[in-house]
Amino acid sequence: MAALATTSSTIAAKPAPRGSGPRVIRNPLWVRVLFMGVAFVFVAGFLVLPLAAVFTEALRKGFGAYFGAFTDPDMLSALRLTLLTAAIAVPANLIFGVAAAWCIAKFDFRGKSILITLIDLPFAVSPVISGLIYVLVFGAQGWYGQYLNAEAPALPWLQQWLIARDFQIIFAVPGIVLATVFVTFPFVARELIPLMQQQGNDEEYAALTLGANGWQTFWYVTLPNIKWGLFYGVILCNARAMGEFGAVSVVSGHIRGETNTMPLHVEILYNEYNFVAAFAVSSLLALLALLTLLLKSLVEWRAQKSGA
Amino acid sequence: MKIKNLLSVLFAVVIASAAAAKTVELLNVSYDPTRELYTEFNQAFAAHWKAKTGDDVNIKQSHGGSGKQARAVIDGLQADVVTLALAGDVDALHTVGRLIPADWQRRLPHDSAPYTSTIVFLVRAGNPKGIKDWDDLTKPGVAVITPNPKTSGGAQWNYLAAWEYARRKLGGDEQAKTFVRALYKNVPVLDSGARGSTTTFVQRGIGDVFISWENEAFLALKEFGADKFQIVVPSLSILAQPTVTVVDKVVKKKGTAEIAEAYLGYLYTEEGQDIAGRNFYRPAASEAAKAKYAGSFPQVELFTIDAAFGGWTKAKQAHFADGGTFDQIYQN
Repeated sequence: MAALATTSSTIAAKPAPRGSGPRVIRNPLWVRVLFMGVAFVFVAGFLVLPLAAVFTEALRKGFGAYFGAFTDPDMLSALRLTLLTAAIAVPANLIFGVAAAWCIAKFDFRGKSILITLIDLPFAVSPVISGLIYVLVFGAQGWYGQYLNAEAPALPWLQQWLIARDFQIIFAVPGIVLATVFVTFPFVARELIPLMQQQGNDEEYAALTLGANGWQTFWYVTLPNIKWGLFYGVILCNARAMGEFGAVSVVSGHIRGETNTMPLHVEILYNEYNFVAAFAVSSLLALLALLTLLLKSLVEWRAQKSGA
Repeated sequence: MKIKNLLSVLFAVVIASAAAAKTVELLNVSYDPTRELYTEFNQAFAAHWKAKTGDDVNIKQSHGGSGKQARAVIDGLQADVVTLALAGDVDALHTVGRLIPADWQRRLPHDSAPYTSTIVFLVRAGNPKGIKDWDDLTKPGVAVITPNPKTSGGAQWNYLAAWEYARRKLGGDEQAKTFVRALYKNVPVLDSGARGSTTTFVQRGIGDVFISWENEAFLALKEFGADKFQIVVPSLSILAQPTVTVVDKVVKKKGTAEIAEAYLGYLYTEEGQDIAGRNFYRPAASEAAKAKYAGSFPQVELFTIDAAFGGWTKAKQAHFADGGTFDQIYQN
């Protein structure tokens, strides 16, 4: 959490004018070499090497086998499901994140600290627990299942409607979306809260005294101020939504061609001794991650340039 | 308003995608090592069904540790049929989930087990640790790979086979417990399913001996080459009967009872039995298939769970339930 807050404040901080700050602290040469060496070895060993391994394994049998892996209907279905899940989870958390950050940063109310704690909850619990929560609530043995089987339920028309449509939550697409929304819940809000708190309410007050209504104030004053932080949060949220394994694995049911997302599909391919395809799909996920990083750097660079 | 529209569109997308998937299809929830078997069997059955009725059938598969899969079906995974590693896991669908009747195992021939298997050892080429029988697995310095009996059906067969061997050789349950405790002291990793353990042993190179389904051991030889591993057959092993059943509550709701029964029935036909044999499962029903594949399976003295442990209900209660012998030996 602290790390996230720091990143946003670096984005927000205006660059200090050159020459006015203290000179760069000088450490002895060997200290600098040692630290750079450690950092370099670490990055090479733990990040670059595995990444290179993914691509070499994927291309072991040539480009034909590599691209062949992407024509498998189960793989295409996994890709579709991953994109659909992200397309629902990211906007949902975007809307929620902006609303929550707006409430927390701009207003004072009872229970504010409880709300902040609750937003952090998905970061604190293991993704497996997040999945199990949904199984317990929406599973056939859980509240949802009991409701569907109840003799005299509350809202009988709703029970009829759900039964008529055979509306499955767990082990179907809605459960996967719910679990993904849960684990990616804090990204946007956590990114925006420190930024908005730092900016304060002065500009909003000015807008209001000049006659703007609440909606105009939000749209023309608040939103432009937070747009780079918002981008950053959305990018991170998207990366996690596409890559989530643990929570989705619990609620998925692992039905091929139906409830497997890309990370789950990688596991299946690997367990079926289909290593080239497993690494090919991994490489696609890795490419998505690299693209995310590129976008993130671009956003940081633009944010610094615009000074907001 | 915009947000509301967007949300209702998204909601419609979710509902539509859930509804669109509801075509003529069957979901077979199975255990870990049957992936290759059912890939082949499903194609054969789809062709058979098409020829017989003109209908297309699309069979979806889900694989995982047998106990975990049973749990998912109880929690609402909409399986038309389950093809699990042991009767005890299918029993849970009746006792916990109330999804099938109590007498499910009498509905199909051979105790609802169309194919059987047994437990053997897979060792590295040349058998460097000289593994010959169950005794060798308890020796210090031998690393044994087996999955977790709490989640894996194969692991429960492994556990019971070791137990019965020790009971016969050493004379009683207390001695057997000490023996099995010593064996599990040698286990460095407990994976949740049989396939996970295979990858641990074969791919990650951990362990000296892998207590494995016979079919899984043959498959590893086929996939990775007979020059890397070899199969060691112990003096005594267990007759493992993976069982199958239609999930009554689900097929009633989906209206798939007829096709689900035909699907399982097809496992007992000559073609179904031949596919089982080809995928290293011992055919149980067809004499022709038994004769055809007799030479590919090692001769080993097999005992049944009913004779040695009084059936799955008793075995589960004594060994794998909370506080059972597995908990006792693994916790201290």
